[in-house]
Amino acid sequence: MALLEVRNLSVEFATPAGRLKAVDDVSFAIGEGEVMGLVGESGSGKTVACRAMLHLLPPGRKRSVAGEAVFEGRNLMAMNDAELREVHGRKIGMIFQNPSSHLDPLMTVGGQVAEPLIYHEGLTRKDARSRAVELLRQVGIPDPARAVDAYPHQLSGGMRQRVMIASAVACRPKLLVADEPTTALDVTVQTQILRLLLELRDKTGLAIVLITHDLAVIASTCDSVAVMYAGRIMERAPKPELVARPRHPYTMGLIRSQPSRAVPGRELPSIEGQLPAPGDLPTGCRFHPRCAFAAERCRRPPVDLEAAGPEHVTACLRWREIGQAA
Amino acid sequence: MTALLEVRDLKVRYRGRGGLGDWLRRRPPPWVHAVNGVDLDIEPGEIVGLVGESGCGKSSLGRALLRLTPTSGGSLRFGGQDLMGLEGEALMRFRRRAQMVFQDPLASLNPRRTVSETLSEVLRVHRLCPEPQIRVRVLELMDRVGLAASLADRSSRSLSGGQCQRVGIARALAMGADFIVADEPVSALDVSIQAQILNLLVRLQRERNLTILFISHDLGVIRYLCRRVVVMYLGCVVEEGPVEAVFARPQHPYTQSLIDAIPRMAPDARLGASALTGEPPSPQARPAGCAFHPRCPRVMPQCRTGEPPPPRTTDGRRVWCHLYAEPVAPEGPRAGDPPAYQQSTIEMASD
Amino acid sequence: MSAPGISVGDAAGATVGLRRRILGLPRLVHVGGAVVLIWLLLALFAPWVAPYDPIAQALDAAMQPPSAAHLLGTDNFGRDLLSRIIWGSRLDLQMGVFGVLFPFLIGTSVGALSGYRGGVVDMLLMRLLDITISFPFFVLIIAIVATLGAGLLSFYIALALVGWVSYARLVRAQFLVIKHADYVLAARSLGFSPARIVFSHILPNAITPAVVFSMSDAVIDILLGASLSYLGLGIQPPTAEWGLMIAEGQTFIASAWWIAFFPGLAIVSLAIGFSMLADGFAEHFGLRE
Repeated sequence: MALLEVRNLSVEFATPAGRLKAVDDVSFAIGEGEVMGLVGESGSGKTVACRAMLHLLPPGRKRSVAGEAVFEGRNLMAMNDAELREVHGRKIGMIFQNPSSHLDPLMTVGGQVAEPLIYHEGLTRKDARSRAVELLRQVGIPDPARAVDAYPHQLSGGMRQRVMIASAVACRPKLLVADEPTTALDVTVQTQILRLLLELRDKTGLAIVLITHDLAVIASTCDSVAVMYAGRIMERAPKPELVARPRHPYTMGLIRSQPSRAVPGRELPSIEGQLPAPGDLPTGCRFHPRCAFAAERCRRPPVDLEAAGPEHVTACLRWREIGQAA
Repeated sequence: MTALLEVRDLKVRYRGRGGLGDWLRRRPPPWVHAVNGVDLDIEPGEIVGLVGESGCGKSSLGRALLRLTPTSGGSLRFGGQDLMGLEGEALMRFRRRAQMVFQDPLASLNPRRTVSETLSEVLRVHRLCPEPQIRVRVLELMDRVGLAASLADRSSRSLSGGQCQRVGIARALAMGADFIVADEPVSALDVSIQAQILNLLVRLQRERNLTILFISHDLGVIRYLCRRVVVMYLGCVVEEGPVEAVFARPQHPYTQSLIDAIPRMAPDARLGASALTGEPPSPQARPAGCAFHPRCPRVMPQCRTGEPPPPRTTDGRRVWCHLYAEPVAPEGPRAGDPPAYQQSTIEMASD
Repeated sequence: MSAPGISVGDAAGATVGLRRRILGLPRLVHVGGAVVLIWLLLALFAPWVAPYDPIAQALDAAMQPPSAAHLLGTDNFGRDLLSRIIWGSRLDLQMGVFGVLFPFLIGTSVGALSGYRGGVVDMLLMRLLDITISFPFFVLIIAIVATLGAGLLSFYIALALVGWVSYARLVRAQFLVIKHADYVLAARSLGFSPARIVFSHILPNAITPAVVFSMSDAVIDILLGASLSYLGLGIQPPTAEWGLMIAEGQTFIASAWWIAFFPGLAIVSLAIGFSMLADGFAEHFGLRE
């Protein structure tokens, strides 16, 4: 039984330019203790999808959300505010890209880590504080007894990210949604943070949805991967399978255009064209204008996901003909 | 062959923010040494990579090389000419030869200008071309960098990141520059667009024999693009040499850990076993002795007290580290050292 | 290399025609703009639109409530209220526009100089600003006008001397930020002169908040001008001006309420119009940034 199963999630925004579908019929599942990578570039809808399923979309914009997100057997989309508050922080945690803007600058680090403990678990201030010190130690903050009284601006970027992780896992949630947690960090710090997340998974059985644009990060940390483009899932597979045998031209293009795999002196394989504007999406397969293998039928809807291997689905109609990536 | 750019002991510093304690004691705010005595040579037609994490001073160095930031010491020679004292017309001539491509493509263009206005302004101000031919020249430049002519009258605000970066590159080349400092030019772009821009830079470099200083934190890009690499940490160069050699046999422990931290792109990839702890300290709190010693897995007593000795040049490589101070300095990793960067077998096979 | 995605690129954010740009503005701008435009047209075409001469007295028809002959009634001198209000819009609109123009120009110059140069120049100008701000706004205006003598010119001079402060602050704040923008650094690296950088690159991007503020400032100036006339320091009778009309009508509130009410309504409607414009543009530009 999957811990979280998202079925046919769609998110549409009403903008002055018309109705924009940011997320179109997205489905994926994640089991306990699994690390799932959700990879896509800007406009892919990966962030919107995860926020929509947790009811964390920014207020103000008119939108309509369809689909289900079944967590531990209950549909998050059908929950009212009170029920959602039980889930947020306690069963599902979330961390974001820019720790500086997601931490309250006027509250001590210890206070922010203790807050979910006081709110959800009803701990006293004293107990929550000592738990906070313990949590800070677990996430690798040096001298946690002193750090607990520090303010966010006194800490570096990597430390702030650790604080955010501590506060998100304080109530021992089952699932952590990490939205580009290392994008704003230096590469050596990135490794540390990723390792910390994997350690948390090993020790507590935490499942993680890792949203990122960096395929290499996914390749070195995740168990399964879903690739999104222009609001749709293009391919979904266990990580070794996806990296070794990608079955969608977009995935192949992403893998090939990694400079670390390129041969110096040879032209770097790139994906031509640009990401489509949300208001002007191509018909049929969203990727076909940029696809080297596009055929006439790629322009015609519908485009459903097809099975292409063990637990491997792809949205490419021609996956059998295209074969393996170089 | 004389180097195009010769940098000796270059220093860039600025005043940090003093605290109340300093003010009460009438002490001026402390200096922050962004660039702390850098030696560098760049040959004409080379692509040199400058890599380092936040606070290492690579951006400050890049700007200082183009005389966009005041320096506080050292010498800078471009094409044999001393840059430090340049003013007026001579400075303008230098500017025509040396240009910058910026990290944030959207912020590097005036949002109210159209593409054509941005490029033609450069041509007009420098009187590079008679008025009737400006439009033609603008379209030529756009074509050079792969921009469709239909984008000429679009405002910068409505372009994508990749398109803006192409305009930025076109602008840098509009005056016929032959030295480009590219400050993280692809870091803010989507992966699929990064490759396009990198290919563009490579093509332009070949066509015009450009000399490029490519600043980045992304070692994968540097390994692909550059012939030589310079590694910086907290304002100092710690290692320098040909890219292949440095990547295969890094000498400085910091270089080693940077390479270890590169996420691998392979079916069986796992997180690198980095021996590095902590984070890069801020330039305002420089450790004594060798700046890297608090985080160095191979720290020795002399590292804490004295700065690394001047390097010797071997096979075009230099390293600033106490480990290599003895005359019998080893060339590569010793037994028991952490493994160096491994080339994936897939890439080898495709040659 | 093929040109990247022409068809997709053109559709995405193509150069929008003026009409579509106007239609794309928030509704507040449309409503506020309509109100201001109506008053503007009334002011422009007053000689043709107003049914009566605004200062023509007809004592036998004094204090008439709104009727078919006089849509808004007549005042204590028998003057048609509707005509007086239409003619009065000329003055109140003027006060809103010119009352804002001079402080805008002065404040922008000071703010730009201060923000761009920094250092001693900034320090001196900001101390001047501090001194100006420390006087109570209305008291200072009244004092200046009283010294110079009542009238529109004194009003503009007073505002120019006192009202530039907000604009200076807004523009200076923008300059401080934009000064460090990448495109300004790029302009320097391209060898552009400081004058070109300031006027051509920084200024157009820096005055947006000041422009939005000027619309809500217009509201204040209209109210200020009306208040001054009410106090006898602004427009003098028998000229029709809304504030003056309120002053003249206040004695008759009980008996002939329309004399003070309709001018008051006119002021409120124009003020709301400008205020909506200000809010609408703030929303529009806020979304942009």
